[in-house]
Amino acid sequence: MRVSLFITCYNDTLFPETGKAVVRVLERLGHTVEFPAGQTCCGQMHWNTGYQDEAMPLLRRFVEQFRNAEAVVSPSTSCVAMMHDHYPLMAERLKDEKLKAEVAALLPRVWEFSQFLTKKLGLEDVGAYYPHRVTYHASCHGLRSLQLGDGPMKLLRAVKGIDLVEIENLEQCCGFGGTFAIKNAEVSSAMLSEKLRGVLNTRAEAVTGCDNSCLMHIGGALHRERTGVRPVHLAEILASEEGGAR
Amino acid sequence: MSEALDPRTAPKFQVAAKTLLGDSQLRKNVRHATKVIQTKRAKVVGEMPDWQDLREAGKQIRRHTMRHLDFYLEQFERNCTAAGGHVHWARDAEDARRIVVELVKASGANGASPTEVIKIKSMTTEEIQLNKALEAAGIHAYETDLAELIIQLGHDQPSHIVVPALHKNRSQIREIFEREMKLPGTDFSKLGGTPQDLADAARRFLREKFLRVKTAVSGANFLVAETGSVCIVESEGNGRMCLTLPETLISVAGIDKVIPRFQDLEVLLQLLPRSATGERMNPYNSIWTGVDKAPAGGDGPRTFHVVLMDNARTEILADEESRQTLYCIRCGACQNACPVYQQTGGHAYGSVYAGPIGAILTPQLMEMHHAQSLPYASSLCGACYEVCPVKINIPEVLIHLRNKVVKQQSSGLNILGNPEVMALKAVALVFRSETVFRTAQKMGRLAELPLAHKDGQGVGWIDWLPGMLGGWTQVRDLRVMPKQTFREWFEQRGQHAAGRRATDGAGKAAEDGR
Repeated sequence: MRVSLFITCYNDTLFPETGKAVVRVLERLGHTVEFPAGQTCCGQMHWNTGYQDEAMPLLRRFVEQFRNAEAVVSPSTSCVAMMHDHYPLMAERLKDEKLKAEVAALLPRVWEFSQFLTKKLGLEDVGAYYPHRVTYHASCHGLRSLQLGDGPMKLLRAVKGIDLVEIENLEQCCGFGGTFAIKNAEVSSAMLSEKLRGVLNTRAEAVTGCDNSCLMHIGGALHRERTGVRPVHLAEILASEEGGAR
Repeated sequence: MSEALDPRTAPKFQVAAKTLLGDSQLRKNVRHATKVIQTKRAKVVGEMPDWQDLREAGKQIRRHTMRHLDFYLEQFERNCTAAGGHVHWARDAEDARRIVVELVKASGANGASPTEVIKIKSMTTEEIQLNKALEAAGIHAYETDLAELIIQLGHDQPSHIVVPALHKNRSQIREIFEREMKLPGTDFSKLGGTPQDLADAARRFLREKFLRVKTAVSGANFLVAETGSVCIVESEGNGRMCLTLPETLISVAGIDKVIPRFQDLEVLLQLLPRSATGERMNPYNSIWTGVDKAPAGGDGPRTFHVVLMDNARTEILADEESRQTLYCIRCGACQNACPVYQQTGGHAYGSVYAGPIGAILTPQLMEMHHAQSLPYASSLCGACYEVCPVKINIPEVLIHLRNKVVKQQSSGLNILGNPEVMALKAVALVFRSETVFRTAQKMGRLAELPLAHKDGQGVGWIDWLPGMLGGWTQVRDLRVMPKQTFREWFEQRGQHAAGRRATDGAGKAAEDGR
């Protein structure tokens, strides 16, 4: 399949390794990965913070870049949720019938990375090897909006060598919430410290998930506390192979 | 906290939250209580195979009602009046207070104004600070709901719409009772600390009021348009006392409390108790229609008033995107499920309506003139929407209200005083061009250089950020940007692949990509 990768603005800038891992996994599975060069941001930060006028051009840009894609894959639950939850409403509000139709036609082809593997391709074992103790953080958007369920866990369970241990407060928000982490820094920190306790109680070496924004927030505190536990995107685990460099 | 929770004067959410986060006893109480209720709710919801259908039915009932609210309100007025009730219309809080005070004054025997009323727990009367208005008119209101009694005796404020004293634990309640309960012939100083002891003390304290006071004030859970009936659900029976013993009953209800048909209670009285207290059914369900007109005897009050209050509800109704706020049946499930509420408790919201529902309801009741920090008091995790029995998409409404706040902040010259608005507008421009975005990525790498430190493994980290970004580095480090963005890597790899294809001849290039 010809897969168009929507890397998202923050993964592009801050987490290129995640993007590389997505490419590796998809190519290993025999798919072709394309990267529409004009892509930037889905508009989530602006939309969710109340800057709706500013988010509109980003919807148009996304549609322009990806309208011809066979499948769009993105390694970010919150960005994909943004598109599925809000793009139809945005197009509606712009009163642009053509855009509305294009959004409606495009969205069923937009997948979050783990969702693409489990739901679209029907895979669990993608041939990965990762000999570490790992716990999984279910991001709220993946859990409640995209309804990923135990899809990511199925992928992880199939990884060779992995010592997967479930976190106690799986369904609880880590306190990131985009600009919430800055606007309500104290409450966000309080929520984070509960999540951190959950992570540390698993005695995992790494905490994984399908959204680097949550992982950046959790990982930032794991580093501040010098816990030695590292955040790692699910794609990077799935990209690791036996005998490989990673 | 003895000041009334008034959104007009309350501090911003983040300011109030910061103080409350330092109260470890309160946080322990809130966490314990929300966890207990959540667990009970999950159990009784889990045993309903048709729970999602019920939620949808509940939503449709409320949606239909709001679309035809004028019709159902008038139908309620007609039917309630025909049954012997008196219906009054209040435009706003002030209007409602004035009407209730006048009705109470007129309810005394021989033209003398009563000096006391008994009250059933009612968030609507909390919303309009009715007790203060009654007090100013020389009328003392006794709260008879156990939790409201604790709040009143403790000179406290409600922190939850169903369990107003949720932030207090048993030993704190015992202290309040011992200190504040005064009843001739009863000594509360040797009060024990078990739930039975406390309930016993409250019973002794309240029975005397039930038997003496002849005027009662209540709220309403539902107003049934088709029959003109009013419904109140409760757990203690104290409400039933207030509804049956006094001569005069005055019920204050927001106009959003109306439902079309008696049969709609079938759905709503399944959704409400399971969502609110984790019970299959409320222990006390009172539904009454007007007054008993039997000339002698008969049950219940002889005079019955309903005050239908707007207080900005029609403004909410007029906004198509946030109209669903009015579907709320005040179960409080969103509060218990909210990870933000679980940390701060209710007082941080500066309103009697706390938690996610408060974060959308309060600013709208203030017509967006106050409480603008509340729509931001959420990580948008969606736990509230998931548990809402009438499927209010609270995150969606929060975002809609944030947009209203941003529009206020960026109108005219306001924008200049607001670095956040300027920054976000600038970033939006960056994302509108791939070239500008690339340049910004490069500039970002340069800008962060002076802030970065290398750790033992040679990885750069930032542990301090200036201005509003400092919120991030209070408890978290930030890894520096990698030297190469993903798109740079992808392009470089493409060029390599193309180069190899050129030398190797066409064919098997893709797999060598990495």
